[in-house]
Amino acid sequence: MTSQLFFQYLVAGITYGSIYAIVAIGFNIIYNTTGIINFAQGEFVMLGGMLAISLHSMLPLPLAIGLAVLITMLIGALIEIIFIRWLKSPSILRMIIITIGISILIREAALHVWGEGVRSLPYFNGNEITTIQLWGTNISPQVLWVISVCSIIVLLLSIFFKYTSLGQEMRACAANRLAATLCGISTKNMVTFSFMLSAGIGALAGCVVSPITYTQYDSGTGLAIKGFTVAVLGGLGNSMAAVAAGILLGIIEAFSVSVVPLAFQDAISIALLLLILFIRPHGLFGSKEAAGLKDF
Amino acid sequence: MKAGKYIPVALLALVLIGIQQLTQMTGTVYYLTQMTMTAYYALLVIGLCLVMGYAGQISLGHAGFFAIGGYTSAVLTTYNLTPLLEKGNVLISFMQASGVLVTRQSLYGQTLLSVHPWPACIVALILATAIAFLIGIPVLKLKGHYLAMATLGFGIIIYRVALASEIFGQADGISAVPGFVLLPDLIVSGDFNNRVQNYYIACSTLIIGFLLLQNLIDSRVGRALRAIHGSEEAANAMGVNTTRYKLYTFVLSAVFAALAGILLTHYNGGIGPSEAGIMKSVRYVAIVAIGGMANLWGALTMAAILNFLSLRGMFGSYDDAVFGSILIIIMLFAPNGLLRLPIWQFFKKSPAGK
Repeated sequence: MTSQLFFQYLVAGITYGSIYAIVAIGFNIIYNTTGIINFAQGEFVMLGGMLAISLHSMLPLPLAIGLAVLITMLIGALIEIIFIRWLKSPSILRMIIITIGISILIREAALHVWGEGVRSLPYFNGNEITTIQLWGTNISPQVLWVISVCSIIVLLLSIFFKYTSLGQEMRACAANRLAATLCGISTKNMVTFSFMLSAGIGALAGCVVSPITYTQYDSGTGLAIKGFTVAVLGGLGNSMAAVAAGILLGIIEAFSVSVVPLAFQDAISIALLLLILFIRPHGLFGSKEAAGLKDF
Repeated sequence: MKAGKYIPVALLALVLIGIQQLTQMTGTVYYLTQMTMTAYYALLVIGLCLVMGYAGQISLGHAGFFAIGGYTSAVLTTYNLTPLLEKGNVLISFMQASGVLVTRQSLYGQTLLSVHPWPACIVALILATAIAFLIGIPVLKLKGHYLAMATLGFGIIIYRVALASEIFGQADGISAVPGFVLLPDLIVSGDFNNRVQNYYIACSTLIIGFLLLQNLIDSRVGRALRAIHGSEEAANAMGVNTTRYKLYTFVLSAVFAALAGILLTHYNGGIGPSEAGIMKSVRYVAIVAIGGMANLWGALTMAAILNFLSLRGMFGSYDDAVFGSILIIIMLFAPNGLLRLPIWQFFKKSPAGK
């Protein structure tokens, strides 16, 4: 393998990896406040992309993306209010089935609105063949967009959780729900807000990646399972580890193409998921003791 | 009381015979085709009901086992071995000598040499059992979300492999699968003349499977399973080997799924990758949930009604959406199944109670 090819694979891996990381962070945000794994997480990414594509026919690109993110956040909030808010301590099995049902409904709605066709946003700068020379390799500017937007999302989220009072309230809710309620934090609103937040970042990721990977009504499922792989790999609930795990999975996937046919690529990352679940269910970076206290 | 539980099953058999007679009288024999398919899907669903309802373990990968059964049988019975035999492959000649292989004519008059459906069926069942064991041992150690994702992942891998492998026909699947000659005059195939016969084959398979599960649930095993569902730790403390019981039920339900896959593949004369899809697995889970989880009769009834309506195309292009909505509505308002809504209590309430 030439160094140029190696670098090409590496960049592709980081690009996909950062999207997986964003989906994983979306899982983690909701998991931390509710203890639920939202199986409809991938659908937010698809919705963001699809809405932006439709809005772009009327509005300039930045506005279309902004609006698409807002609408997806609203949908996220609605889902929480309609399906989850009023349930009294539901069992995990029940929550899994409900969120799976929601993901099916969103997917089917997308199928009926946008059809089976593959769509995409235009490239933010230039077009498919525009490239930038970087360390001797050709990189599409969109790749830089994806990587930088994902980094900014991660940066802003960590600032948000650390320094704003809303972020601190959400963390309190994640640490101990009862104690947070006693301190006068409305845990129910925090849950709604966590759905909005993870829908929003998912939608934004869906927009920036749309020119490269294209968007289709069922592109959410694959992303969801890979995002979950990454979340588990990093240790469920740990967003910073998810970034490292996401990039790791992206790179493994990119390099696996040189060994096995492309058609088996998904099977590889899922086999990796199974392996992680069997060997280290608390994640590569998580501690076993902490995982033992959590309720899966 | 011992014989009492067989009365509903006998009634079910009578109803199934009645349905066949009714279609004969009204000239709607074509309904039997979908009913036969429904019966095979129901076989899978009652198997899944054992795992989900009684052992309390979710499985989002049962379409995978269905596909393992169906595809294995389809490949073995359609793969032409003549070139291998001509090359002098020892194994193939041995298989031919021991009568495992059959010859038949293809549509274009070419002579095909392939495995007889019976050995193919046995190989498929053994394979499904082996895979269920291999997957089940690590998977069933997981709980909740992890278990759901792991079984979902397993289902997706099977789907991807079926979709990407040349030998499984990729997106086209495998077609021209021959009929399954159970006995000289008993053939599982989609032939119009065999429609009534096939209806009865499917129904008897379903009833036998149902009786097997019903007896299992009423036995020591069933009580152990319910204990696991209630609290795994408590069951363990009472001396129930929870790991082993969970694994055995998982494997048994995988065998049910594989058998359904084998028979339906021979009946349809083919199988495609969509049979292994995630939506199929989710649909089976939905049916078990609607039936009330730990309720074999509920699962059976709902599997019969919903699969039949879906196969008749009643839901049109909203097929998956209908299952998704049903799933949400049931889980929101009646998590214990339709048959256990408080409304029924109202009718059942006896004045002597309180």
